[in-house]
Amino acid sequence: MSLALLQEVATVSYGAFAAIGAGLAAIGGGIGIGKIGGAAMEAMARQPEMQGKLQGSAIVLIAFIEAVALFAVVVSFLAMSA
Amino acid sequence: MDLVTPDIGLIFWTTLSFLILLFILGKFAWKPILNSVNDRETSILKALKEAENAREEMKNLTANNERILKDARIEREAMIKEARDIKVKMISDAKEEAKITADAIISQAQEAIKNEKKSAMADLKSQMASLSIEIAEKVVKEELSNKDKQLKLVEDMLNDSTLN
Amino acid sequence: MGTINYNHIKKLILGLFFVFAFSSLIAQEHQEETIKVEEFNITEMIMHHIGDSHNFHILDWNGHPLSISLPIILWTDNGLVTFMSNEFHHDEKGTVVVEKGNQRFTLFHGKIYYANDTKNSNGEYITLDYENHPKNLKVIDLSITKNVFSMFLSIIVLIILFLAAARSYKKSNNNMPSGIAKFIEPIIIFIRDEVAIPNIGEHKYRKYMPFLLTIFFFIWLNNIFGLIPFFPFSSNLSGNIGFTFTLALLTFIITTVVAKKNYWKHIFWMPGLPVPMKIFLAPIEFIGMFVKPIALMIRLFANITAGHVIVLSLISLIFILKTVWISPASVIFTVFISVIEILVVAIQAYIFTMLSALYFGQALEEEH
Repeated sequence: MSLALLQEVATVSYGAFAAIGAGLAAIGGGIGIGKIGGAAMEAMARQPEMQGKLQGSAIVLIAFIEAVALFAVVVSFLAMSA
Repeated sequence: MDLVTPDIGLIFWTTLSFLILLFILGKFAWKPILNSVNDRETSILKALKEAENAREEMKNLTANNERILKDARIEREAMIKEARDIKVKMISDAKEEAKITADAIISQAQEAIKNEKKSAMADLKSQMASLSIEIAEKVVKEELSNKDKQLKLVEDMLNDSTLN
Repeated sequence: MGTINYNHIKKLILGLFFVFAFSSLIAQEHQEETIKVEEFNITEMIMHHIGDSHNFHILDWNGHPLSISLPIILWTDNGLVTFMSNEFHHDEKGTVVVEKGNQRFTLFHGKIYYANDTKNSNGEYITLDYENHPKNLKVIDLSITKNVFSMFLSIIVLIILFLAAARSYKKSNNNMPSGIAKFIEPIIIFIRDEVAIPNIGEHKYRKYMPFLLTIFFFIWLNNIFGLIPFFPFSSNLSGNIGFTFTLALLTFIITTVVAKKNYWKHIFWMPGLPVPMKIFLAPIEFIGMFVKPIALMIRLFANITAGHVIVLSLISLIFILKTVWISPASVIFTVFISVIEILVVAIQAYIFTMLSALYFGQALEEEH
């Protein structure tokens, strides 16, 4: 019985785990980007004359955070096919 | 996984295409466009600078004019003041001179009066002396003739002389 | 990008909006045709759409696919072999063999392999391992695929566009832009003033401007081409890892070649730190040197691919829920995502350019 279960677990595709990994990465990225976006908005509200500069750096920072999440997604892709 | 495995064919064509694109656009598009933009910007900057310079010059010119005007006004005032001073000085000088002259005339006159007085006194003295001598002569002569008469004469004479 | 005429953008977005709304409908119809023939496999459909292909599928007409066959160029053991892709008869299952010279090729799931002499029980000239991966040797495939075709198209468009723009400057006597140059010039100035000068520096930025401008417009145009869902466009070139790999590699090569002493010092012997820390940081920084371009590659690839996947998934909702009544929601969401994607493709092109400029700037930094 337990052996059958183990076998079943072993034959389960890695797709589900990969999807969970991608989801976790999305959570992390979402939190990071949200924080950056919130801080940038606050800063813009406080100093509207700096808007252009803040926007540019916020986008670049978001790109960095996003890269981390995307790395995770790619790792999930690779894990899925492994 | 196919999705994350780069394809050698696509890498080859992308490299080739991108380098060709970079070469063509770099030579025939970016260079003229960036040069034109730069030229325009420098010419605009130059024009702005020139305008600024012209404005500065204009300002300087106005300031200069004002300064000249001010200088002229100051000079005029100075001249007027000087003239007034000269006038005052001249008047006072003239007054002084007149006073000096008058003083000199007065003192001269006084001197002359003094001298006259002196000479008159001297004259008087000499006349009195000669008169006294004459009287004395006459007295002596009368004395010699008549005693009473002589006395009377002397008395008369003396009475006369006190009048002087 | 505040300098770009707002009205132009509004018109552009509105125009693309209608194009998308229309094309989503087309895509939907075409997919409904295929459902009758076989069970609809969404993952396969999406993978097929975002992958590369040896022929350019335009549409299905009465159940027959209408497509343009593209030239196949193979670098084999016996030299270059070329033929048109229609010799495979639209087969992707490895059941058709093309014989050129004394070599036999077969197409299996978008890849060309040396074919076996005999077919197996499924009619394939391919030997599969236990995970259904072919064991046959792959050919070095330099074919003009759908993506390569799309890239050539984008290059032609870029050259025509920018040479016209450059000519308009030459024509005017006071260096004023006219026509297309009026639209392009603010973007060029944006790249120069907001990307190149702050990151690379006032004195050195000139040398890198052609690269930055070319890479920006190249990525942007290919991203836009990927968003347009009908014939000469519609390929997922900038969402292909080979494409982004090449561009990131170029950035990496330039960064490494132009790097000054200071850059290497910061990698291998971080100044201002105690020696154990220096030894600890050196491998991290060394890995970081490669991670930066890899991040560049994955960012562009994943963003653009994700955009395509989302649009296709939303359309696939109709087939997942097996009802046509969901289609209005599908179409509205697709349009919404497509409008966001228009923004995303511009931002991704900007970020790629921006980070390239940032890396050049880091490499060029002098000691201070």
